[in-house]
Amino acid sequence: MTQRKRLSNSPSLSQNKRQSGSFMTQGDSEDATFTQPSTSQVQRGLEKVTSAQVDQKTAEVVQYFLVKDQKKIPVRRAELVKNVVKEYRNIYPEILKRAARIFDQVFGLKLVEIDNRNHMYILVNNLETTDSASPNEWLTNPKMGLLFVILSVIFMKGGVVRENLIWNTLKKLRVDQGEKHEEFGDVRRVVTDEFVRQRYLEYLRIPHTEPLEHEFRWGQRADKEVSKAKILEFMGQLHEQEPQSWTQQYRDAYSLSQGAQATTSSLR
Amino acid sequence: MSRQMGDSHRRFLQAMMGRGITDEQGALRLYQHCCETHKTQCAPDKLDDFIDTINSKLQPMFMQIRKGMSEDNGQQYYALVNMAETEITRMTSDYADNELELFRKTMDLIVSSENGKASSTEILNSTDSMTSKKLKKSETEHLLNRLVNDKWLCEKHGEYTLSTRCIIEMEPYIRAMYQDQVKVCHICHNIAFQCQICENPTCGIKIHNPCVARYFKGRTEPHCPACDDFWPHEIPEVRRPHTKSRR
Repeated sequence: MTQRKRLSNSPSLSQNKRQSGSFMTQGDSEDATFTQPSTSQVQRGLEKVTSAQVDQKTAEVVQYFLVKDQKKIPVRRAELVKNVVKEYRNIYPEILKRAARIFDQVFGLKLVEIDNRNHMYILVNNLETTDSASPNEWLTNPKMGLLFVILSVIFMKGGVVRENLIWNTLKKLRVDQGEKHEEFGDVRRVVTDEFVRQRYLEYLRIPHTEPLEHEFRWGQRADKEVSKAKILEFMGQLHEQEPQSWTQQYRDAYSLSQGAQATTSSLR
Repeated sequence: MSRQMGDSHRRFLQAMMGRGITDEQGALRLYQHCCETHKTQCAPDKLDDFIDTINSKLQPMFMQIRKGMSEDNGQQYYALVNMAETEITRMTSDYADNELELFRKTMDLIVSSENGKASSTEILNSTDSMTSKKLKKSETEHLLNRLVNDKWLCEKHGEYTLSTRCIIEMEPYIRAMYQDQVKVCHICHNIAFQCQICENPTCGIKIHNPCVARYFKGRTEPHCPACDDFWPHEIPEVRRPHTKSRR
């Protein structure tokens, strides 16, 4: 339950605050040039453009998201407006709404705002993962396999672990953070930089530690994309144990998956 | 005709976004898998209809799942392509300006060659005439590896050809950019790079190697289908996909 509490406090799930949130971003230098237009401004803006122009812009926004998504990089609203939306910024909310509809109806993806202070968006899969497709895809992609191991350790240890535990676990699997790995290259960089930028992991400094120490948590993308029930199932197979025998994790996996479904459907 | 998209279509599209390109057998298996997952009807001869439904929704996004033939083995492939104004835009997020310039130079070499190939030496030499920041030898070699890994080029014995995915995706671009040089295959009417050429100087038609194999199969005296001159090239064997035993 503690996990759930942490999540409900995190920005990703408090989408309905977004409108008021945008007034607080004026100090944020990257976002200072853009303030979310009001509904009436959007209405007036829409009267001045043809629907073909709006569709064209929407298509560009969709493409932009898809390109960024290939590398799993979150999209910032400020860069989206600057690079793509440009002179259509006054109808930005309408364009984003249409893009979200296209992702949902055509691609089976959900456009999710993961950070309502800096306005960052990612795409997550809307389609239920299937036994035959998804875990295989995960495990045939070596990097995703690495990530899966790390997420599993964090989850089984209650949601947060010191970095040493991760490095030691990986070492047992012959992935040494100090050495160049033939598949991953610089393992440390992949884990603490790439996965963090992609929002699969959070890598945070533990306060008041000397020498400096860090801890890992699940990132927002992992919360949205990775099924805890699947991890537990996998652990069960690995240890030949019933998933229910990890009471805490079992409760977490099943209560959260319901909770997540209820909350993410409202995100636009 | 645009039928409604269902989750089976969406799953298919997602898989195509991940793969970029797949052969016909792979597409059929994927089609079956998607239909089974979402309990929808699946008829093997309806694959193209299924894809048309997806394409009708992709079209406003300037994207398309397009079918094309591999010049290598003559099989059909499906590729998810981008049709945005400049076809190279898709690559711009992955490659720097000077890298794109070298890719264009490689395309120049391949298009102007007779056999659809460019050797690594020719490509390395072409860096001399670059207008953007010149690439070093090692950088060029590294770039060529990346282009092969990203499935834009194919490499065999130090010679580079355009990949099937690259030809399917860039066909309109190539036709527009190289109007005077590009020739189409006399049999299948698609752009031809790796091919045989009629040696009659007034004819000179091109035929893809796999199309040659199919067209001249079982003929003892091959003649050019256009000018009826003797066809002097070796006729390759028709290659069949390994798993295709049903047809």
